[in-house]
Amino acid sequence: MRIVFEKRESISHWAVVLVPIISFLVSLLFGAILLLASGVDPLVTYQAMAVGTFGSWHSFTETLVKATPLLFTSLGVAIAFRMKFWNIGAEGQLVWGGVAAAWVALFWSKSLPGWTLLPLALLMACVAGAIWAGVPAALKAYLNVDETLTTLMLNYVAILYAKNLYYGPWRDPEGMGFPGSAQFPAAAWLPRITGRVHLGLIIALIFAFLLWFAFNRTRWGFETRIIGENQTAARYLGINIKRNIVIALLISGALSGLAGAGETLGIAHRLQQGLSMGYGYTAIIISWMSQLNPLAIIFVAVLMASLLVGGDQIQIMMGLPASVGVVLQGMILIPMLAGGLFTEYRLRIVRTPKIEEAKA
Amino acid sequence: MNEEQVKVPILEMKGITKRFPGVLANDHAEIELFPGEVLALLGENGAGKSTLMNILIGLYRPDEGEIYVRGERVEIHSPRDAAALGIGMVHQNFKLVPTMTVAENIILGMTELPLVPHLEEVNRRIVEISDHYNLQVDPTAYIWQLSVGEQQRVEILKLIYRGANILILDEPTAVLTPQESRELGKIIKLMVSEGKSTIFITHKMDEVMAFSDWVRVLQHGKVVAVKRTADTNPQELARLMVGREVLFRLEKEDVTPGEVVLELQDVEARNNKGLPALRKISLQIRQGEILGIAGVAGNGQRELAEVVTGLRSVTAGKLLINGQDLTNRPPLEIIKAGVSHIPADRIGMGAVGNMPVADNLAMKGYRNPPFSTGEMLHPRRILEFARRMIDVFRIATPTPQTYIKFLSGGNIQKAILAREIDACEGLLVAVYPSRGLDVGATEAVRKRLLEQRAQGRAVLLISEELDELMTVADKIAVLYEGRIMGIVPSSEADIETLGLMMAGVTPTE
Repeated sequence: MRIVFEKRESISHWAVVLVPIISFLVSLLFGAILLLASGVDPLVTYQAMAVGTFGSWHSFTETLVKATPLLFTSLGVAIAFRMKFWNIGAEGQLVWGGVAAAWVALFWSKSLPGWTLLPLALLMACVAGAIWAGVPAALKAYLNVDETLTTLMLNYVAILYAKNLYYGPWRDPEGMGFPGSAQFPAAAWLPRITGRVHLGLIIALIFAFLLWFAFNRTRWGFETRIIGENQTAARYLGINIKRNIVIALLISGALSGLAGAGETLGIAHRLQQGLSMGYGYTAIIISWMSQLNPLAIIFVAVLMASLLVGGDQIQIMMGLPASVGVVLQGMILIPMLAGGLFTEYRLRIVRTPKIEEAKA
Repeated sequence: MNEEQVKVPILEMKGITKRFPGVLANDHAEIELFPGEVLALLGENGAGKSTLMNILIGLYRPDEGEIYVRGERVEIHSPRDAAALGIGMVHQNFKLVPTMTVAENIILGMTELPLVPHLEEVNRRIVEISDHYNLQVDPTAYIWQLSVGEQQRVEILKLIYRGANILILDEPTAVLTPQESRELGKIIKLMVSEGKSTIFITHKMDEVMAFSDWVRVLQHGKVVAVKRTADTNPQELARLMVGREVLFRLEKEDVTPGEVVLELQDVEARNNKGLPALRKISLQIRQGEILGIAGVAGNGQRELAEVVTGLRSVTAGKLLINGQDLTNRPPLEIIKAGVSHIPADRIGMGAVGNMPVADNLAMKGYRNPPFSTGEMLHPRRILEFARRMIDVFRIATPTPQTYIKFLSGGNIQKAILAREIDACEGLLVAVYPSRGLDVGATEAVRKRLLEQRAQGRAVLLISEELDELMTVADKIAVLYEGRIMGIVPSSEADIETLGLMMAGVTPTE
């Protein structure tokens, strides 16, 4: 008798639902070991996390606040990953989006009518993010430059350049040395819905549904899937691979740019330290866990946001060091990611009457 | 007189049978190899030559049969067991690590070496062997720096270094230039003169005649003929290899050819390695006409199909479809000109494994109604179409939503065929369309091709099976080393002349 790990012939609907739930329970078990080692009661800690993220309307809105940039960037990453274009530059695209939005809000408010400010800032954020993703895409499509390196490196350029802006030329002279720009005029603020939740969340949700539709019901979605699955076949079928890569990445970058705009126009109302919080990297995990399905991304993004908020909560409420929160997030993620394997593979126990046959 | 009968065979394979799901790859195949001799294994693709050799070096286990080395019954469970018996193989795709040196590749995986091998010593021995056999290999060169021919010499060197005295060469000249092939011939002669033995897999007749002492012809996994090379000739071997009997009699309507659909004018193109693959190809196909391309694989067939479908650029010459110059135009324009393509590489090119059968069937038509309106796709119509195609072409699939990779090769081929025939509006390029199909499916494919002809389409049929070409095609062009050796009407063609032309012999008339 032996145990074999084999690929499922079709994806089981049971597995799709059950695997994440079981993985999550295993995750909690792993986390409990860590918490016990840190000398706190895991049950109390988990309770604190749950209360801190979903326990009250206020804490739930804070979770949604974090979910908004995660949703935007994860959707952006999913478009790129669908074509097996490894865009790990969502962070830089987000930062550029924030910078471009800030640029419009800070410097155009005098010369433009107020009502144009917000749409223009959002548009410029899209353009900036699109350019930041479009450059590696063009390099890949036309010169076959590896995209993992270019997108990653461009992150540092964006993050450090933004830093230069709010520490240097754009720093608020009346800010008492605080690293950040002046506050934007109120006309450029994204309207709030409840708590700190702003219009960006609605826009992101609309995009999630649009993308789901585009992936499953349009020629574009069909072509990008073929390209991602088999480039040789795509070429044989007459699909323009280069153009598709560039277009997809422009959209991918634009979505991440909107994440940055949401952070500056919707939350901080200025360009300041803390724009780059690693959402663009977390987005990679989210879109992967969601198997690049835009509707699944909505739920996973909220879940990840709750982990981020919950990690902060246990620092405050349990007095644990900040690093424990981060390690806990990691411990919870690993079984969730590993569990994904079981939706595609299954364990099977095989009875083997003869050793000879097992070998052959 | 008969020395061979006195000689003891160094290797015997008896009654070897190997089944794969749905395929009988070897059917009581027998091999005898004498020391100091070269045995050529001749046969069409899929005749079971490679399977037989993979059994010999322990990659596969036979379902039935016995192997004797130097008269002793042996069990070969792995290439390591084979190596211990002095058996080594040079595969069609070399097993070398490009980022390592020649010497490192040669000692890679050898267990009898100390933990830290004495590389100088290794290098010295490599140079020694290399000089002796005139292999001209530098032990310190990296594999990626070497040409294909040099890499092959490294593979041979590796076997000799490890003490092999039975060498299996699987279509060694398929990847070589004619000059390199001649060099290889000399190396084999020298090795054999020192008492080593070689099994040589090929389907090129001239090589069989030049290098081998014995020939065994395989057909459908069976050894159908054993000949002394000296007692046979290329014509006889060609006949034996292809099989005399034509399997099907198909109704071939009389069709008067119409306008010229495809025209190539002095087309030249290079292969993936940058070497000339097509030289001055000129041909025409008319409406209602099937032009068959015969030839041994690797003589430019793949490149020809790719040039016609826009997947490969031409370096000289012109490609005209319906009189329109489409030279070096992108594949989409050629598709829109009405060209369909059944590619040789079904899984790699013709289908997207991780997508449903239904989607795969719609991959040509999705740009147009009824599958789409503008950008919008209509999944329900795609599904309806798929159900119809599955029915008409008898594609065996659990559901239209099953990923196509779970289908058998034959059913994947039927799906591609269905899609391409449905989309065809002028020219159908079919590359090895019946390869690997069972008898019934093969017949169905051929009928479909004739149907296309009857409907006034032009068909470019590339095939390795001469009987297929002779039953289906109107004219047969033979491709050898990128040149058309001649175009003959299939009614006047005979297997022997075609076989000779495939081996590069110009017909003397």
